[in-house]
Amino acid sequence: MSFDLRIPMGLMFSLIGMILSAFGFASRASAKLYAPSLGINANLWWGLVLLVFGLAMLLLGRRSQKRMASLPPEPVDETRPRHGH
Amino acid sequence: MPNLTAVDWLIMLLYFVFVLGIGYALKRRMKTSKDFLEAGRALPAWICGLAFAGAGLGGQEAIGMGASGAKYGLGSAQFFGIGAIPAMIFVGLFMMPLYYGSKARSVPEFLRLRFDEKTRALNACSFAAMTVFSSGISMYAMARLIEALHVFDGLFRARGWAPEGIFTFTIVLSAVVVLAYILLGGLTSAIYNRVLQFSLVVAGLLPLVLLGLRGIGGWAGLKATLPAAYMHEWKGVMHAGSNPMGIEGIGLGLGLGVVLGASYWCADFRVIQTAMAANNVDSARRAPLIAAVPMIFLPLLLILPGLLAIGLPTPHTTTVERRINGAIFRTTTVVRPEVEAGTGLVPAKTDPLTGKPMLTASGEPLLDYDMATPTMLLHFLPTGLLGLGLTALVAGLMSGMAANATAFNTVFTYDLYQSYIHKDGSDGHYLAAGRWATAGGILLSIGTAYAAIHCNNIIDTLLLVFAFVNAPLLATLLLGMFWKRATGHGAFAGLMAGMATAMLHHGLTLPIEARAGIYGGWIAVLHHYPSDLAQSFWTAIFAFSASLIVTVAVSYCTKARAEAELVGLVHSLTPRLARAHIAWWKRPEALAVAVLLGAIALNIFFY
Repeated sequence: MSFDLRIPMGLMFSLIGMILSAFGFASRASAKLYAPSLGINANLWWGLVLLVFGLAMLLLGRRSQKRMASLPPEPVDETRPRHGH
Repeated sequence: MPNLTAVDWLIMLLYFVFVLGIGYALKRRMKTSKDFLEAGRALPAWICGLAFAGAGLGGQEAIGMGASGAKYGLGSAQFFGIGAIPAMIFVGLFMMPLYYGSKARSVPEFLRLRFDEKTRALNACSFAAMTVFSSGISMYAMARLIEALHVFDGLFRARGWAPEGIFTFTIVLSAVVVLAYILLGGLTSAIYNRVLQFSLVVAGLLPLVLLGLRGIGGWAGLKATLPAAYMHEWKGVMHAGSNPMGIEGIGLGLGLGVVLGASYWCADFRVIQTAMAANNVDSARRAPLIAAVPMIFLPLLLILPGLLAIGLPTPHTTTVERRINGAIFRTTTVVRPEVEAGTGLVPAKTDPLTGKPMLTASGEPLLDYDMATPTMLLHFLPTGLLGLGLTALVAGLMSGMAANATAFNTVFTYDLYQSYIHKDGSDGHYLAAGRWATAGGILLSIGTAYAAIHCNNIIDTLLLVFAFVNAPLLATLLLGMFWKRATGHGAFAGLMAGMATAMLHHGLTLPIEARAGIYGGWIAVLHHYPSDLAQSFWTAIFAFSASLIVTVAVSYCTKARAEAELVGLVHSLTPRLARAHIAWWKRPEALAVAVLLGAIALNIFFY
């Protein structure tokens, strides 16, 4: 299996996080924009949270992919589960 | 009205790019019908688990849980509490080894292996019809919601298109995207996208709950604004009069815990399918258990927006007067009448003909609870995050459609086409049949969505039909898996009797404040239920019991199959799995105990 879902998922959340935090940073002076969110720059903060989440997924996915690549291809063992979650 | 800007669109566009990109990346792996319809049985447990949980956390569920939070209070956490967690643990520990181990490719096929051909045919037909209809109805509901939220209004105005086209645009757009990614990547891509959607729903709703709680003054503030019955999960549950749902203890325990929850999580192929795609039997067993972990705290995430919406102050049309250099400036904030007539942020329902708020029989405004979570999104999220929240709703809509489409194509291809129409085709033939079935199923559901426009009651009728289908099936499956004496004739008779009883019960009872007809009582009204929820619980209980009793009775009158034929299909005749090689804390049983303890702890906290 060369396809690890964590990589596209991490990529998507990192990109969304980057867009949100960049937009939040650019619009930090606009009080009107953040009136609904009680004056909190929700875009900036939540964008950063999503960015961290996305990068963590990306890192985990990359690491397991590298580990898989370094191992010799083993036959599928029906009884032994692969790594958990 | 949402003022969607380029950022919001960029986020939505990004989601579409990834959804289709994942499908495209999987394209070259779709070689056999097993790859396409069963995801090659090669997915790791955590993906299957999150997709399993995602089945209960689609866009429609997000809206529905928010609505029942606003209507019934924290008690609706019980939907997930008693319904989902024990059912998931049960299906993981006891049923999954049989589903997965029997090598059945679908639930109807399991019925053929365990019982006989006619039981399979009956279930395959009713299930296929159910998926087409429920996909159509969720399409209709979500397109209506998108219309009500005015998501695409700006786009349509900019293009100069007629706003009547928004409904069609939403349906066609989501259908085309879903069809594209299923045709490209089959069940694998549907499951991957469900995981994506699951995390998007969390990412979109969590900031909403945090902001909402801050706005109302934290947990204590929420408690102070709501009646006490709203905030307790279990208090007053034994007396129908003292909880907002009007359901007494027995109805709640049996209806939710045993029948309704379990028939969804243990018997519905749309859910079971994701666990059956796992790479081995241990992963398949672990998938529902992994899914149960987020189910401990996710209900709060879905229910709280509804509770907050009821608790927050209702906006009113206000005029602020300011004097600047002697001149008077008046700023008027206009609030639409349906919002002013509502409770908290939950608007009243408007009559589509007169445009006035609708009233209940007692003269109070009829609240549009389905708008609870969406209004919260519009109220709290600034542009940017709003795009993320709306993307989560759109993603939920599409993944619900995809779940129906992938369940339909599997059941149609293996249980109807291969069994009764074209028996000895090559695998490539069935791969093509699966692709055509996907397209056909989606087209049929678009038809249902349009039928729902012209006949509003179709939704209520069909939702009832689903309860008729699933509750008897649960009894059949339980008896089949845990009682070796159950026979094919018994199962068939039981399924029929269960469906007939559900129909009869529905025809003889009526929720209070409903008119006889589509809501029940179309034969004669013998009993009134305090709410429509109570009625559907009892419908399910009656259907389940009838199926159970008739299956047992008929099984005793007919000849049982030889025990040797039932190995791998009946729990007591199936050798236990060897699991000495797994460390004790990695075993599914350990996970199950941990999940159960966590769920109990949280329930005590919210008592």
